[in-house]
Amino acid sequence: MELTLWTYEGPPHVGAMRIAASMEGVHYVLHAPQGDTYADLLFTMIERRGKRPPVTYTTFQARDLGGDTAELVKRHVREAVDRFQPEALLVGESCTAELIQDQPGALAQGMDLPIPVVSLELPAYSKKENWGASETFYQVLRGLLRSQAPEKASHDPTAWQNQGRRPRVNLLGPSLLGFRCRDDVLEVQKLLTMHGIDVGVVAPLGAGVGDIRRLPQADLNVCLYPEVAESGCSWLERTFGMPFTRTVPIGVGATHDFLVELHGLLGMTPPSAEEGYRRSRLPWYSESVDSTYLTGKRVFIFGDGTHALAAARICNEELGFTVVGLGTYSREMARPMRAAARELGLEALISDDYLAVEAAMADASPELVLGTQMERHSAKRLGLPCAVISTPMHVQDVPARTSPQMGWEGANVIFDSWVHPLMMGLEEHLIGMFRHDFEFVDGHQSHLGQAGGTGMGSEQAKSCESTPSETDLIWTADGEAELNKIPFFVRGKVRRNAEAYARQVGCREISSETLYDAKAHYKA
Amino acid sequence: MAGPTLLKESGPREVFCGLTSIVWLHRRMPDAFFLVVGSRTCAHLIQSAAGVMIFAEPRFGTAILNERDLAGLADAQEELDRVARELLQRRPEIKTLFLVGSCPSEVIKLDLARAAERLNEELQGQVRVVNYSGSGIETTFTQGEDGALAALVPMLPSSDERQLLLVGTLADAVEDRLIHLFGRLGIHCVRSLPPRQSTDLPALGPGTTVLLTQPYLTETARLLKDRGAKILKAPFPLGAEGSRAWMAAAADDFQVPSHTVADVLAPLMERAYKALAPHREVLAGKRIFLLPESQLELPLARFLQRECGMELVEVGTPYLNREQMSEELALLPVGTAVMEGQHVEQQLDRVRSSQPDLVVCGMGLANPLEAEGITTKWSIELVFSPIHGIDQAGDLAELFSRPLRRRQLIQPALHPAGSVHPIHN
Repeated sequence: MELTLWTYEGPPHVGAMRIAASMEGVHYVLHAPQGDTYADLLFTMIERRGKRPPVTYTTFQARDLGGDTAELVKRHVREAVDRFQPEALLVGESCTAELIQDQPGALAQGMDLPIPVVSLELPAYSKKENWGASETFYQVLRGLLRSQAPEKASHDPTAWQNQGRRPRVNLLGPSLLGFRCRDDVLEVQKLLTMHGIDVGVVAPLGAGVGDIRRLPQADLNVCLYPEVAESGCSWLERTFGMPFTRTVPIGVGATHDFLVELHGLLGMTPPSAEEGYRRSRLPWYSESVDSTYLTGKRVFIFGDGTHALAAARICNEELGFTVVGLGTYSREMARPMRAAARELGLEALISDDYLAVEAAMADASPELVLGTQMERHSAKRLGLPCAVISTPMHVQDVPARTSPQMGWEGANVIFDSWVHPLMMGLEEHLIGMFRHDFEFVDGHQSHLGQAGGTGMGSEQAKSCESTPSETDLIWTADGEAELNKIPFFVRGKVRRNAEAYARQVGCREISSETLYDAKAHYKA
Repeated sequence: MAGPTLLKESGPREVFCGLTSIVWLHRRMPDAFFLVVGSRTCAHLIQSAAGVMIFAEPRFGTAILNERDLAGLADAQEELDRVARELLQRRPEIKTLFLVGSCPSEVIKLDLARAAERLNEELQGQVRVVNYSGSGIETTFTQGEDGALAALVPMLPSSDERQLLLVGTLADAVEDRLIHLFGRLGIHCVRSLPPRQSTDLPALGPGTTVLLTQPYLTETARLLKDRGAKILKAPFPLGAEGSRAWMAAAADDFQVPSHTVADVLAPLMERAYKALAPHREVLAGKRIFLLPESQLELPLARFLQRECGMELVEVGTPYLNREQMSEELALLPVGTAVMEGQHVEQQLDRVRSSQPDLVVCGMGLANPLEAEGITTKWSIELVFSPIHGIDQAGDLAELFSRPLRRRQLIQPALHPAGSVHPIHN
């Protein structure tokens, strides 16, 4: 038994719903009690879908448990097939149904239905949402393609060269309730088109049963989101001999590496290393003088495996930040995450306890947090700027505008959304220069009226003083005086830093000297 | 028999389970913690239904069962003790701990009553531990509150004092206003269940007269009656007319002279009708279809038909307690289709074929119906908003008129070609 307050991932059958709802012509019969129907709102409210997810819940009740719940499953399967006329049926169960062991998948398979039935077994008491999505996608591929599998896998990804056509690849992994998947697909399609590569099938997002069946007609698979598609891609590789790309094209460097990997597999000449510089604004914006102030900004990264790994590379190599914390809630991605963290001289945080993540964040004293909606709330409490880089989804993570993470435009979006929460360089420079001017002095009336200046400063100071552990520290009069020379909007942070430093070096009094020592310590 | 036509159907349902009521119960009693004993699904449900993750540490959580608990490798009772201790250590401000049963805990027959008893003994009154079930195999949405309150009834101290007890969660401001108004009627001893502080439980006895503020408290009402309280029969306090009748029922029981009732309430009624007028203009003659979810459907339908002039296409309710709803049923027009239970697909077929102007439904269905060109109002808002009492009648009507007004406002610009249906899928 494990105490959980907020969770990063839903149960595995929600992952299965993501696959079913992403596809066309697929229906999912879920043996589950009525309360489980809440999951529909994830799609209709959070993602603002204008369609109900294609799911029939058996909604069994306590009084059904004494009777024939198996018959109940069959009735719902029959009704769902009659009403929705799907081309393929997924059948599975949620946590409660798992306990009563009706084996709905086997029941449906025994009903002699005129369509393929994919039975899903998703252990609800040990696995989570992304695993459920991955397993479902894999089972859908297996269920629909097994009959086409050759005796011996033989596949030449360069065959297009002799067939008088352009190379063709499938994009696998994008799904509903995935972070910016809709926009990433558009961006990657654009990227591939620029290189003369056609997209065969995108799956599961928007794919029908017929699309799944023609997956093997492509030259290779692009695995966009390993959390969802890696096991499916591996199966296609084992069974049909189709290779797949491992690089996720998020960031300028990774997009280039992705193109090199893809061109290599297809037998094409790799693109110029300058392409990223020409196509994306991130490299120049990062080089421009204003960005000097981004150097060494301390950033804390937490999210799903794919996005957190990508963020670490971008921060470190492309924006010149210092990564001071890195972690993921995706246990499936723990290995690559640990390796990436080690390279940055860190120990990866693999946890699905958001309080542990918040504690690690506070410990790392970052200047920017890249995380999920939960880290956004934690960062808000700690007074830190934050940008969201990963699921779990929030209605804000489905913007009306196109806002990809992948490809050249994705790099632009990332530059804007990660840098804007920070104070702009020029702004920070000017504030440093003019901080003794009267506009920044306490008591000065801002043109915003009562809402201006002093209120914020004193509020911040108050929130600091209220932490009980600070009673052991004493601010001397000259320490306070020095602190008051600092503009109100950074004063809280300076106060926190000075106190943290004093505690670290074991000093009880904070004087102006301590302040300067702390400043030197944190800038070092 | 004249009156509404009572129908029943069964099939796939699209409703929340009783755990959802934790979302408003934990706000009512800030010193209580709701610990669901269940699965990751339960945790995800409450998180998704609450919609926000704004609290540093919420006052609800889930003890998630894992394979070891199910395989019997770990003693679930001991595990629960450990989780409860861990929680209480971290949250010393908690005064009442609700252990909330779920579908999985009910199916494996995890005895939460035993756990509560044992923890109560161990905690020696520092924290009171109470258990109830919010499982979706037994309860629907608001019935969770019925379970929680029913679990509190045995803890209420006894008293013969003459008092009015309001039962059911109200918004604090609404509660204050109602207590003030009862005071003006001369009823001065008014208490509430649930109380604002979980430790401040009202006393109960033969001098207690109960007014139910919510229509879904069947079990709680039964237990209160068993403890000697008198449960008043009245329409529920939604809309001006219902709220007036509800207050008048109490006044009658406390032998308040009818002219006092008229003196106090008549100006309120006049003001309420003024507040209702602009909404009535939007709503009158419009056709409404209520899908089952909160059990508030009957009183809402009565209000919308009688005070806002709406036409009732179908009034769904997950569960119909005819006795408790008798006053409401009597106020519905003859022949109104009242549907108990649900077959969501068939019900949606009826929605589509009857093309109502407004549909009240859950969050899973609202956008899909909007995308078909059907205006909706989500039912969950009705359990979060202060809608009770004569003074709130205008606000209650606005919850229904706003979606219609919005459509009128933006439709011409967004659909210049005149098509009703959004182009979006």
